[in-house]
Amino acid sequence: MSYLDYKVAHTPTGIRKILYLNWPLVFLLIAVACTGFLMLYSVAGGDLDTWARPQMERFVVGLIAMIGLAFVPIWFWRGVSVFAYVACLTLLVAVEFFGDVGMGAQRWLDLGPIRLQPSELMKIALILLLAGYYDWLDLRRTSRPLWVLIPVIIILTPTFLVLTQPDLGTAVMLVAGGGIVMFAAGVSLWYFGAVIGMVVGLVATVLESRGKPWQLLHDYQFRRIDTFLDPSSDPLGAGYNITQAQIALGSGGWSGRGFMQGTQSRLNFLPEKHTDFIFTTLAEEFGFIGAISLLSLYTLIVAFCLYSALTNRDRFASLLTIGVASTFFLYFAVNMGMVMGLMPVVGVPLPMVSYGGTQLMILLMAFGMVQSAHVHRPR
Amino acid sequence: MRKSPREILESARLVGRRGLLLGGIQFAVAATLALRMRSMQLDHADEYRLLSDGNSIKIRLLPPARGLIHDRDGTVIAGNEQNYRVTLTREEAGGDVEPVLRRLSRLIPLDEARIDELLAEFEKRSAITPISIADRLTWEQFSAIAVNAPALNGVTPESGLSRIYPRRADLAHVMGYVGPVSDYDLSKIEDPDPVLMLPEFQLGKIGVEAKLEEALRGKAGARRVEVNSAGREMRELGRQEGVQGATVQLSLDARLQNYAAQRLGSESGAAVVMDVATGELHAICSSPSFDPNLFVRGISSADYKALTEHDHRPLADKTVQGVYPPGSTFKMVTMLAGLDSGVINAGWGAYCPGYTEVGGRRFHCWSRGGHGHVGLVASLEKSCDVFYYELAQKVGIDRIAAMARRLGIGVRHDLPMSAVAEGIAPDKAWKRARYDQEWQVGDSLNASIGQGYVLASPLQLAVMTARVATGRMVEPKLVRAIDGVPQLAGEFPDLGIDPAHLRIARLGMDAVMNSKSGTAGRSRIIAEEWRMAGKTGTSQVRNITAAERARGVIRNEQLPWNRRDHALFVCYAPYEAPRYAVSVVVEHGGGGSAVAAPIARDILLFALADGLPPLDAVPGDQQQAMQARHEAMHLFEPEPQSPARGRA
Repeated sequence: MSYLDYKVAHTPTGIRKILYLNWPLVFLLIAVACTGFLMLYSVAGGDLDTWARPQMERFVVGLIAMIGLAFVPIWFWRGVSVFAYVACLTLLVAVEFFGDVGMGAQRWLDLGPIRLQPSELMKIALILLLAGYYDWLDLRRTSRPLWVLIPVIIILTPTFLVLTQPDLGTAVMLVAGGGIVMFAAGVSLWYFGAVIGMVVGLVATVLESRGKPWQLLHDYQFRRIDTFLDPSSDPLGAGYNITQAQIALGSGGWSGRGFMQGTQSRLNFLPEKHTDFIFTTLAEEFGFIGAISLLSLYTLIVAFCLYSALTNRDRFASLLTIGVASTFFLYFAVNMGMVMGLMPVVGVPLPMVSYGGTQLMILLMAFGMVQSAHVHRPR
Repeated sequence: MRKSPREILESARLVGRRGLLLGGIQFAVAATLALRMRSMQLDHADEYRLLSDGNSIKIRLLPPARGLIHDRDGTVIAGNEQNYRVTLTREEAGGDVEPVLRRLSRLIPLDEARIDELLAEFEKRSAITPISIADRLTWEQFSAIAVNAPALNGVTPESGLSRIYPRRADLAHVMGYVGPVSDYDLSKIEDPDPVLMLPEFQLGKIGVEAKLEEALRGKAGARRVEVNSAGREMRELGRQEGVQGATVQLSLDARLQNYAAQRLGSESGAAVVMDVATGELHAICSSPSFDPNLFVRGISSADYKALTEHDHRPLADKTVQGVYPPGSTFKMVTMLAGLDSGVINAGWGAYCPGYTEVGGRRFHCWSRGGHGHVGLVASLEKSCDVFYYELAQKVGIDRIAAMARRLGIGVRHDLPMSAVAEGIAPDKAWKRARYDQEWQVGDSLNASIGQGYVLASPLQLAVMTARVATGRMVEPKLVRAIDGVPQLAGEFPDLGIDPAHLRIARLGMDAVMNSKSGTAGRSRIIAEEWRMAGKTGTSQVRNITAAERARGVIRNEQLPWNRRDHALFVCYAPYEAPRYAVSVVVEHGGGGSAVAAPIARDILLFALADGLPPLDAVPGDQQQAMQARHEAMHLFEPEPQSPARGRA
């Protein structure tokens, strides 16, 4: 096993590991989370107990978990990657049969005191397994068709399960996250070109067929696509929300209306002001300065992770770090793009800021592994 | 496999290349997001600010119509009526609401006190929350406001639906009522439905209305409207109708309930009628009652004071919430506990000299002269206390308590009503936990005749009767269907009590009514197809001292009302093929046989006849009195044939 390559003597041990943590990353995460507490306090109308306090409690627990995970040697994560993936797959199947139906989709598994969302866990497990796979695989085989097929199956199996829940957002995130690890591992660009080309071709053909004698979809299915692409065609549904969100965001101006001064109360009928649409409140109350600051914090987090990955000679560690950083990137890019009207509305939270325990804990655990990769790097 | 340094280097170089490429793409995306922010927040901020300030498109929620509640025949027992009201929004009034209120006061009655109250309310609430100014306006007042609308900025005349209970006081306790959503209500709900914030939205407060709130509420609709800068609506852009709440059908029979209420009259008491096969409650009546419509409209403090200070406690639900010592109606429990445990057999008997002595204390039978030798059937028929004193000493309290729970006493039955009481089936562990004292034999003696610590609600007594009558684990049911989906359970499981033992209890209850020396013979049904079995109970609410007993117990009529005995009665009919079980409790009514039994009999007859009790079903000497009672009653007219549906 390649961990024999480490000069173990140079790897920090015991409590000394704490000195080797990627501290800038820790502080950046705390900064982003604090922004989140502030916004949750504000959208609750100045009430701490509604959302902010529970979120803080979870963050503290998550932060401790993250540092704890950082102490676990990186080769342990490689060792358990197959097991973690299989366990998550089992949970995903379990959710099909025993899951709670919430908001019209079956996503939750009730295990007494804990409510699990296996699809969230799967995002991390998938990255773990793919990183482990490419670490194990002979470098020269990376782009051989058979060896490309295996990770594709690894990605598509949970994606299919998540799609049946149905949860399109998470399914897309799984494919994108997995694809990025494959990309980073060095799979030939031709494969990516081919897949993108095929998807574009398929979409173009379907759209082209509309109104022609060989129309491929039903009329109502086309209408659904219209609503998806242009929410304003659905006056009382998503369209209203997105319009209001953009008005709130744009009206923030240079420095915003001030903390707790947002006319967010106008959006009281927005059901997701504390989750998916929380960025609008930030942008309205703190303006361009606030919004660009949060974007910079996010970008810095990704940059620190990527730097850690690129300077790490352990293939597993750097692929894992790139995978986690990219998933994190996808979260905030898709969420911001959505509220700014650059993308159709899909249910993706703003990472570490939106209210939600599972999302927060999973991200911090993932960053715990990134920290472990950083601490236990070959020196 | 071990990697060679060359491989490690090659891998690092590859990952490095791809990682940089990835980082580049991500940076480009982030830059795009930043540019978009710049474009929206800097370049176009003024446009958005304008849109935001004069926000010209608004969403207005349309409150859903509350689901109707029907009785078992489809009669509407909770409906909705049109209500005209007027609301005012501070923001749309231009910030200062006082001049608008003054102008309004010329059109509708608004006194100074009310205006001050409203101003305080406007202070508290957000500027964009519409506040209800006046409610239940006449059509004339409503149209006057509509005509003068241009002078009344921010005023919106609205017509909405309000809850109405056509059966008034009859069903008040079981149905409960709705009322405006209070801050306290909101604090109890996690993530409240936005529709609850609407002024005058009505929420179930107690009873069925509260317990079935989720089904009854429905789903809000929405209107998208364009408004001008003053906030006045210019036109409607889109509309999505709400979904009315589910129609709930209860097992209650509004006519029977009405009769039961009338029959209880001004007494303070309760009556429960239950279908012994399905457990459906056909009537569950607490008397005296109150008009729930008063609460919906906002009860005046004088009315409220009158209700709370009335010594018959009209607001309390005596059927499920009130608990009483069941008195002799509990004797079936003690007897079945003895038979079922095998401590006694069907031939057992006791000698009653009028009292028994235990531990130097004398326990009296209600009959001072005693009953002589008493067997099982006769013990119920004559309601001999000494028989049960002797039996209790042999059986022990724990077995009696277990049988009580098996028959439904000391168990909380699951009903969508408020504050359903558990009652008390006391045993040794209970007393230790409750009073930290050891159980005494005397406690067992008291419990054996339903006195002492035993407490049961009228509902539990009806359940007990139904279980004795059928031998099945009958559970009370109140909801027949929600939106046409049946909610009743199938057949109930067997109680597991030997049918021969149950038969003895039933024979005893039959003898109470139909034998010469039965304690409730006067209240029997003479129509043989409706032959009735029952048991009287009289429970003391005071201790009779030895001195008083020596002087001669004071007669009930000479006592102040609230010191008189409770009168209880349980019964079922027809004897051979039971259909209904009835329990009646009259607080401080005196004797069970004299006061409670005739009431229970008449209500039972109404249920069996599905209408006014036929006079020839009762003994001849009572027919005239019954006729007179019927004529004095104010019964609801029978509903027209087509089940009237309330307004949607």
